[in-house]
Amino acid sequence: MMDIEILKEGVFDEADDSEKNPEKEYKNAVSTKDLSVYFNKRAAIDKISLKIKKNTVTAIIGPSGCGKSTFLRSLNLMHDLVPKARVFGEIFIHNEDINNFNAVDIRKKVGMVFQKPNPFPTMSIYDNVVAGLKLNGYHKKSELDEIAEKNLKYSGLWEEVKDRLKTPAVSLSGGQQQRLCIARTIAVKPEIILMDEPSSALDPISTSKIEELIYHFREYYTIIIVTHNMQQAARVSDQTAFLYLGKLIEFSKTRRMFTNPKEKLTEEYVTGKFG
Amino acid sequence: MTTSSILKNPSNLRRRKITNSVMLMLCILAAIITILPLLYIFFYTTQSGVSSLNIDFFTQLPKPVGEEGGGMANAIAGSAILIGIGAMIGIPVGILSGIYISEYSKSFISTIVKFITDVLSGVPSIIVGIFAYGIIVIPMQRFSALAGGFALGILMIPTITKITEEMLKLVPQSLREASLALGVSRWKTTLKIVLKTASSGIVTGVLLAIARAAGETAPLLFTSFGNSFWQTSIDEPMAALPLQIFAYAISPYDDWHRQAWAGAFVLIFLVFVVNLIVRIVTRNKFSGNL
Amino acid sequence: MDALDSGKEIKSKKKAGDIIFENITLLFALILVGLVVFIAIEMFLDSSQSRSKFGFGFIFSQNWDPVKEEFGALTFIYGTIVSSLLALLISLPVSIGVAVFLSEIIHKSLRTSISFLIEILAAIPSIIYGFWGIFVFAPFMRSTVQPFLNTYFGFLPFFKGQIYGTGLLTASVILAIMITPIISSITRDVLKAIPVSQREAAYALGATKWEAIKMALLNARSGILGGSVLGLGRAIGETMAVTMVIGNKAQIKESLFEPAYSMASVIANEFAEASGSIHISSLIEIGLILFGVTFIINSLARVLIYSVTRKA
Ligand SMILES: Nc1ncnc2c1ncn2[C@@H]1O[C@H](COP(=O)(O)OP(=O)(O)O)[C@@H](O)[C@H]1O
Ligand SMILES: [Mg+2]
Repeated sequence: MMDIEILKEGVFDEADDSEKNPEKEYKNAVSTKDLSVYFNKRAAIDKISLKIKKNTVTAIIGPSGCGKSTFLRSLNLMHDLVPKARVFGEIFIHNEDINNFNAVDIRKKVGMVFQKPNPFPTMSIYDNVVAGLKLNGYHKKSELDEIAEKNLKYSGLWEEVKDRLKTPAVSLSGGQQQRLCIARTIAVKPEIILMDEPSSALDPISTSKIEELIYHFREYYTIIIVTHNMQQAARVSDQTAFLYLGKLIEFSKTRRMFTNPKEKLTEEYVTGKFG
Repeated sequence: MTTSSILKNPSNLRRRKITNSVMLMLCILAAIITILPLLYIFFYTTQSGVSSLNIDFFTQLPKPVGEEGGGMANAIAGSAILIGIGAMIGIPVGILSGIYISEYSKSFISTIVKFITDVLSGVPSIIVGIFAYGIIVIPMQRFSALAGGFALGILMIPTITKITEEMLKLVPQSLREASLALGVSRWKTTLKIVLKTASSGIVTGVLLAIARAAGETAPLLFTSFGNSFWQTSIDEPMAALPLQIFAYAISPYDDWHRQAWAGAFVLIFLVFVVNLIVRIVTRNKFSGNL
Repeated sequence: MDALDSGKEIKSKKKAGDIIFENITLLFALILVGLVVFIAIEMFLDSSQSRSKFGFGFIFSQNWDPVKEEFGALTFIYGTIVSSLLALLISLPVSIGVAVFLSEIIHKSLRTSISFLIEILAAIPSIIYGFWGIFVFAPFMRSTVQPFLNTYFGFLPFFKGQIYGTGLLTASVILAIMITPIISSITRDVLKAIPVSQREAAYALGATKWEAIKMALLNARSGILGGSVLGLGRAIGETMAVTMVIGNKAQIKESLFEPAYSMASVIANEFAEASGSIHISSLIEIGLILFGVTFIINSLARVLIYSVTRKA
């Protein structure tokens, strides 16, 4: 279904410029220190500190309302939109303090895929893929065509839509829409991709396609995925963070988390005793 | 009011049932007597106006008193010009203030703006006419299309502001987030995603404001003033369809009455079509899987 | 736990474009607010001549004599108040009936088209109501309604005397037609805001349909009051339709058949032709009063309406 060869050859050179610039070599793609988010006066996440290595997949699990989305959205400064939200602590993106960037630059580096597919309804499939570029003033037709094709191939959608690129994006099925949103996200060449329950609104077949994408993407991106599905976490991730009531309870290798967790609470959660 | 107090006398079932039927009948009657004048106005205007609605009506100038025939070409053109001037004021102020209320709704100022918008929509149009008179007619020392258009522009603002606000609020937050997450700045997101998604709704709001302005008479009485001649420069008095209808309606001539009915028919037709468009567009909006 | 204990706050820098854009929209929003303030100031200043010459007596004087330059607004205030209140009195029960009809009685499939027709009623320009009033409605009042009232209710002072067709009563009925769509649509909105559970509880206790509706109406009463006040404000400011049917005679008479004059009408009729500056100034003072009254009434209406629909 997917053209893995193209993926391997990769036009993802930018994401991999560490070889060209050895001094920019970094191991941690994301690290947080005492990261807290408050809505009004209530803490939704409380002093979360963790380090995420480059080119790994990190799953974030925990019962509903424990702060998974809140944590994820603080990494691309999405709380800007919510007036009552305040974020405290430190975030480093590739070892650089997030305060050194503005939100627009951060979001170009740190892409996001949402729970519910949200293609732009006024735009065609094609325009959705290149939306991030066009909206930022990039209009070279020939290159946009190439970028659209490339990214639709990476997201495994090309064969299904290549004959109807100009049709409205909302005419696609839910699973296709979500892959379109992934294509749109990678078209702006992020280095880190945040995914907030990207397949929870999808059928099993679409879900497995998304998981397959994540599996291949780890070569080029650092991925952080929120999921409430423990099997999914086990299938796709290298390490897993377990949040409970806004606190980070455990953060370790996924295999270990599901076989031999350090914390009692984690064990109860992954074995389905609550949640 | 508690439920039980209504039923304090539940034994009297028969009387309660009769009351029920009578009251429901009265409600139906209320609806009928509300619709009746509408239908009456509609048919009467059509019947009295259509016969004078010929090519002359749209192409000829008014004839002097006593002569039959002529038309309202200058008044129709005048209305178009006045509305054009009004739109240049009403559309930018309406849309941008609507954006402010909807997109920056956290602020205290936006609550005030929202409230004032509602209040402004209730300010009598003749007051706006007095305002335009003081601001434009007095300094220019003559009635002018500019003053009339200015008044119409002010009257268009609250309608456009409100519809813009409502339409923008219908745009799902997820689209704003999608755009921002791509590294698009907030203002570009607002203009190119949010406003664009809501554009058809906002266009209908503008149409609605225009249809209303087209029928406004009172604020033009002492701003645009009216004119029997062909006149297109905006610093001179200018004819307008409703002004012409008014002048003809209170005249003693049957032929003028017929022409006034024709003008009234044009206005009603405009109102009907615009409202129909608004209905269709706003109903089909944002259904589906957004 | 206090948020401020939690260390350094992360706040992203705003980009210049965003700051500029927000401030542009703010500027236009402030223009909107400024307009209303400006209207008030302008009318206040332009009426200074009249205000200093007549003082508060302006409101209580019936004198309106452009030749002697004696001006007082009482007859116009009277005409405006009576015609608007009467319009509200006629319109309110009908509006509630229409709202109930549309939200409770009529089948869904017809609802949209009927409510569309009623919306159109609100959108018809007032000049057309006035025109129709002169040629159709006033003659109908003269030939049918007023003789009927005179015959059966003639013992009341309101329905006595000469019948002209045009006059206070006719203006009130036309105003009532014009404000019914406004009041009924607000009533519908507030009825929608009343939770269904209350209704169901009433039915569960064996209430008839009307009893359940009555309870909802009573619960929505402050919103309905808000709608009424809004309609009243519209009636007070209505100009063309009233000007064309009220008779335009500055007098205060008991009989509702008599012609009268309203604040908006006298401005409409005399402003363009007013010669003396004191005459214009007096007309602007009437405008100022009209503005003040409609401003207060509309504010009140909005507060009442928000109080119901916000809760929902
Ligand atoms: N915009 C918001 N305003 C107020 N509270 C919020 C908001 N978003 C999230 N919360 C609160 O923060 C907590 C964590 O929410 P969230 O991060 O969405 O949980 P999860 O994604 O793990 O289900 C919840 O208690 C939720 O009520
Ligand atoms: Mg979540």
